[in-house]
Amino acid sequence: MADPGFLVLAADQVTGALGKGPAPDALEARRMQALSLAVHIPIVCFGIAFPAMFLFVHWLYLRTGEPAYKALAKRWSKVALTIFAVGVVTGTILSFEFGLLWPDFMATFGEVFGLAFGLEGVSFFVEAIFIAIYVYGWDRLSPRAHFLTGVPVVISGFAGSFNVIAVNGWMNHPQGFTVVDGKVTDPKPFTALLNGNLWHELVHMYIAGYIVTGFIVAGVYASAWLKGRRDRYHRTGLVVALSFAALAAPVQVVVGDWAGRTVAETQPTKLAAMEGLQRTEKGAPFTFGGYYDKSKGEVEYGVHVPWMLSILAFHNPNATVEGLVSVPPQDRPPVNIVRFAFQTMVGIGTLLALLGVAFGLTWWRKRRLPRTPWFYRAVMAAGPLSLVALISGWIVTEVGRQPWIVYETMRTADAVTSSNGLEVGFGILVAVYLFLGAAVFWLLRRLTAKPPETEVAAPARR
Amino acid sequence: MLPEICLGFVVLGITAYAVLGGADFGAGFWDLTAGGASRGGRVRGMVQRSMSPVWEANHVWLIFVLVILWTAFPVAFGSIFSTLLIPLFLAALGIIFRGSAFVLRGQAATIREARVLGGTFALSSVLVPFCLGAALGGVASGRVPVGNMAGDPVTSWLNPTSITIGVLAVVTGAYIAAVYLAGDARRAELPDLVEAFRTRALGSGVVAGAASIGALVVLRSDARPLFDGLTSGSGLAAVIVSAVAGIATLGLVWARRLGPARVTSAVAVAAVTVGWALAQDPYVLPGQLTLDQAAASHATLLSLVVSVGVGFLILVPSLWYLYRLVLKGRLDQEYEPLDQRFRPLEAGDPQRGGE
Repeated sequence: MADPGFLVLAADQVTGALGKGPAPDALEARRMQALSLAVHIPIVCFGIAFPAMFLFVHWLYLRTGEPAYKALAKRWSKVALTIFAVGVVTGTILSFEFGLLWPDFMATFGEVFGLAFGLEGVSFFVEAIFIAIYVYGWDRLSPRAHFLTGVPVVISGFAGSFNVIAVNGWMNHPQGFTVVDGKVTDPKPFTALLNGNLWHELVHMYIAGYIVTGFIVAGVYASAWLKGRRDRYHRTGLVVALSFAALAAPVQVVVGDWAGRTVAETQPTKLAAMEGLQRTEKGAPFTFGGYYDKSKGEVEYGVHVPWMLSILAFHNPNATVEGLVSVPPQDRPPVNIVRFAFQTMVGIGTLLALLGVAFGLTWWRKRRLPRTPWFYRAVMAAGPLSLVALISGWIVTEVGRQPWIVYETMRTADAVTSSNGLEVGFGILVAVYLFLGAAVFWLLRRLTAKPPETEVAAPARR
Repeated sequence: MLPEICLGFVVLGITAYAVLGGADFGAGFWDLTAGGASRGGRVRGMVQRSMSPVWEANHVWLIFVLVILWTAFPVAFGSIFSTLLIPLFLAALGIIFRGSAFVLRGQAATIREARVLGGTFALSSVLVPFCLGAALGGVASGRVPVGNMAGDPVTSWLNPTSITIGVLAVVTGAYIAAVYLAGDARRAELPDLVEAFRTRALGSGVVAGAASIGALVVLRSDARPLFDGLTSGSGLAAVIVSAVAGIATLGLVWARRLGPARVTSAVAVAAVTVGWALAQDPYVLPGQLTLDQAAASHATLLSLVVSVGVGFLILVPSLWYLYRLVLKGRLDQEYEPLDQRFRPLEAGDPQRGGE
């Protein structure tokens, strides 16, 4: 029953397996979940991209025997292990919260989408095992075996995010089950896993991982560059990180277009919220800036570009784009949050792509790094900006799915715990994550301030 | 058959987490009780060195248990996590503090930083196993009904059985940790630390044994069905295996046979978790939900069993490789007492003092 149209008809509502409880506090639960995800997702980016980057530098070292490459690969892998450790705990919090905050979502649909998490668990295990072997194995394992222990880290980082994104794709494009009298029956876990939203979300997130990691790491070395540290170690760090980010950023524009068109097809209400489009229109315009006035049902003070939305969403200037009015008001997501996040993501993404192209052109035409200090300042700004774009993108996906936890099948308010006092938990969690953020920032500063280890070309220093 | 296999995965995960994760929490307990900065520096250095390469992989067993639970037994998972919200939320907070403080301590530059981070690490290492044990106690004593927050949010985990199992989790972890750390200290050729941890292992082993007997007394009055399950049939057999393995561990540690002691201590814990599962058979939530009622549909269980089975083909050799490297000392870092890592004490730093 993969056809979403069928689901809308058959399964307007699913009753939770645990039955109705007293007044749930869905907003507070959403805040907690959003906070925990906002902390975890940037860490995931490093899990996706950093292993490939340090392994690439490691490979350069094996090919050339240049000690600066070894020092850099070693340093990066140690930072990666530290970030991984923080990811282990923030990821654990997420899996606890699934049950603590959304018990009825898990009880009702766990058997449908759970398989993806089972596979994710295995990937996470492999990642934890081999990143430890790799980092603690420097100068202790044979060079060849040591390099090979880095390969599973790259693969499992990819496999882990594949499975988690499969679940998110499924929440946005539910399939692989049937609804009979409000009950979920006949789960088909593999159909749910390989859902229609998986592929574009996966590629979009995977490339985002390289952009975020690449620009943040490059920012560290760009700052060193401006302070005059331009030896081979720092230069390699800058060029490798920047190359990954500069290759990924322009590609993301194309992938973003693909993602947008898929949303237009499968979640027209989300697209309407992203654009603040009230009425269903043929040849719909794209509106820059402004804000959506709910009472008037239009975007105020925005700049309209005629036909552009139809072109972007369907590659056809005359295409019809569904507006917010096509669903009842209680089924619409909060427009301004989604729209503002979407415009932020697109704006920053465009700037990052331009920065990547500027770097690529200079490198290709002149075989050197750009000379203007403004380039390095831009790279330093690109790291934090890419994080903002990343979080904005997830806000578009997740807030844009509201009021549904499982799109057009189960309402978020029906999935939440019946517990009172979630605001206490939220307050504690804010404090804990502020502490964690400050501590990790402090730690990474300390790590970057350390002089690189001196490596000699011959292996085994001790 | 499929529900039983999935339950087997859960029991395997809980056992592995209780042994391996428990040893890491127990190491935190010894860190907490090691004394002032200079006196405890040697013990803490050993804890830091032993845990570093393995604690993350050990921790993943907890995630493994959760994902199997919510996929194979979704209604039980939803019921457990809503009723036991408080202890599980506290455990989650403790997990954040434990992991991050441990990692950060590895980068501390002054003894004062190391002391604050170490204190956080060590205190949360006691909090987490207690809360998880208390939550298990709530399930095992039949205090988690089916439904969204259907049970009592407080007495479901603050009750005689929960507190007993929480304490038992802390004590058992400390016992296993001491056995493992003694073995690691021998590999590092540090005879004084071998003796220090051997003494701790013997002491905590006696306490753990006494606590286990005490636990049976508490269960008899507070959770009679569980007690009856543990004192008859296959449950009783498991309890006897656990007791024999526990006593054997004490004997092996006494005889300084630390390698075999690692195995017997793990058997002692495994027998308890298996015995617990047997004792509450056929229930997942005692008195509320049987295994067959709790199990997800056939298609889900089959795909989960096949996927995890295939995953184990990768996972088991990987784990074997990791632990072989660790036990052969291939990943060992240079040993350094924790307080020696820092530059000479600054004028304002107290020389000694508790955490």
